[in-house]
Amino acid sequence: MNLKFVSAIMLKDLRVALKRRGLVIGLLVFPLIVAVGLPAVLTISGRNGHGLPAVVLPQLLSSFQFFFVIGSVTLPTAIAAFSLVGEKIERSLEPLLATPVTDIEILIGKALAAWLPPVIAAGLGNVLFMVLANMQTQKTLGYLFFPNPTAFMVLFVVIPLSAMVSVGLSVLVSSRVRDARTAQQISSILALPFAGIYITTEVGIVSLDVPGMLTLGGILLILVAILFVLARATFNREEILTRWK
Amino acid sequence: MMVETAGLTRLFGEAVAVDKLDLQIAEGEIFGLLGPNGAGKTTTVRMLAGLIGISAGNAKVAGIDLTDKSQVQNVRRVVGILPEESGLYGELTGAQTLDFFGKLYGMTKAARAERTEMLLNRLGLFERRNEVASTLSKGLKQRLALARALIHDPRLVLLDEPTANLDPAAALVVRDFMLELKAEGRTVIVNTHRLEEAEKVCDRVGILRTRLLKVGTPASLREELTEDRVMFEFERMHPADVEELHKLGVAITRQEASRVEVNLGNSSTSVADIVTALVTNGARITGVVESTASLEEAYLAIVGGAK
Repeated sequence: MNLKFVSAIMLKDLRVALKRRGLVIGLLVFPLIVAVGLPAVLTISGRNGHGLPAVVLPQLLSSFQFFFVIGSVTLPTAIAAFSLVGEKIERSLEPLLATPVTDIEILIGKALAAWLPPVIAAGLGNVLFMVLANMQTQKTLGYLFFPNPTAFMVLFVVIPLSAMVSVGLSVLVSSRVRDARTAQQISSILALPFAGIYITTEVGIVSLDVPGMLTLGGILLILVAILFVLARATFNREEILTRWK
Repeated sequence: MMVETAGLTRLFGEAVAVDKLDLQIAEGEIFGLLGPNGAGKTTTVRMLAGLIGISAGNAKVAGIDLTDKSQVQNVRRVVGILPEESGLYGELTGAQTLDFFGKLYGMTKAARAERTEMLLNRLGLFERRNEVASTLSKGLKQRLALARALIHDPRLVLLDEPTANLDPAAALVVRDFMLELKAEGRTVIVNTHRLEEAEKVCDRVGILRTRLLKVGTPASLREELTEDRVMFEFERMHPADVEELHKLGVAITRQEASRVEVNLGNSSTSVADIVTALVTNGARITGVVESTASLEEAYLAIVGGAK
């Protein structure tokens, strides 16, 4: 694999994607709202002596962190949809496919372009969230809750893998639809199971501790592998030029 | 030979898109592929560009065997393709577009910069090199797409409907550029519906309707149809003159106010016989000329005959 080709495609896609104002706003707004909004809720609810019980706070903070995982699932769909369906609509895939670059190099270049900004945005949002949340935990718990092993798992395993699953699904969806918004909407359905996981943690069925995160990471890794194989089969010149709708 | 195909066939499921195509195109030649929609022109170009596979037969481009999948990437290095739609990235400038594609052909930074400047200058885009493609007119977009197809200095240039949807002035620029490419020794294959364009720029044309129906120079195809056609010009043509021609058993292929074209192909009647008969009948003939068919007529006759 020629990494120069991969990086050229990735940088081109990033350059194109980052020129779309709506997309950039989406990338910034969601992590920012979660990063600032949730600690603000904790601060406000802790005023006038009606603070959250110290025993609830750790569980709540871990659950809140999961919002960034949901973000890492929804945010890549916009870039991936525009990168693939957008090129399909603009008919710009054919000149790209006419170059000596291999199918897998194109796929990985495009996947990285869809994966990297959301992971960075969700990651930075998560870090900001941890810093702001720590200001509250210092007061309530008497120690800095973050960083902790679970937070590391979320930041370095679950968010990147969730975004990969999202990108893989977007590639598959993009091959079968004719407009980017539809691709984005269908791919965004992936957020539902993640929202389900969040709800189960809130009611105490699933625990977002290190073993829980490792299990989730394992499941995501298997999903990434399956989606990669399917995406690889879908994303080849022959398929794109003759079968993609 | 730059392109050699033997029995080149492409199927899409049960449907035959290209059927047993035998083609030889010499280096430095401009070859026109003519044919109605769905005739297999784009599929042929895509096969020759190594974009899609071959179902049966053989094809070589610049001596590289297209049936050998390990060689397909090498084919793409010597081929430049302009698809039917320019397919530019609206958000990238002309210079960025060419630089990006140069990277994908493995060109060095210096080579990319040099070739980008040269192509933008040649195609009259240098002054607008920093404008994003979405702001360019159709003609300029097509020129930029042409530059993109040539960034890696390909030996074979495949142009799929390069002047479709362009105004006459923009089409002329593209046509002239095709001739420049030929002058540089490049081989050009052009798919086109514009027969006058094919006649002006192509050394040879092939008429395709899934199968290759005919190959030749535009002049030879016209002559084939023109053979045995004679135009009789009258000072004033009367219905009786036409009746006389019918009596002689010659086929009238065209009739205008004061002239009539006949085909003597299947007739034992000579031109002299016709002139004698018409003059005897009182006609005042002002001219007898060998009729020339247009490439369009030749095309329609060939394609129509294959229906």
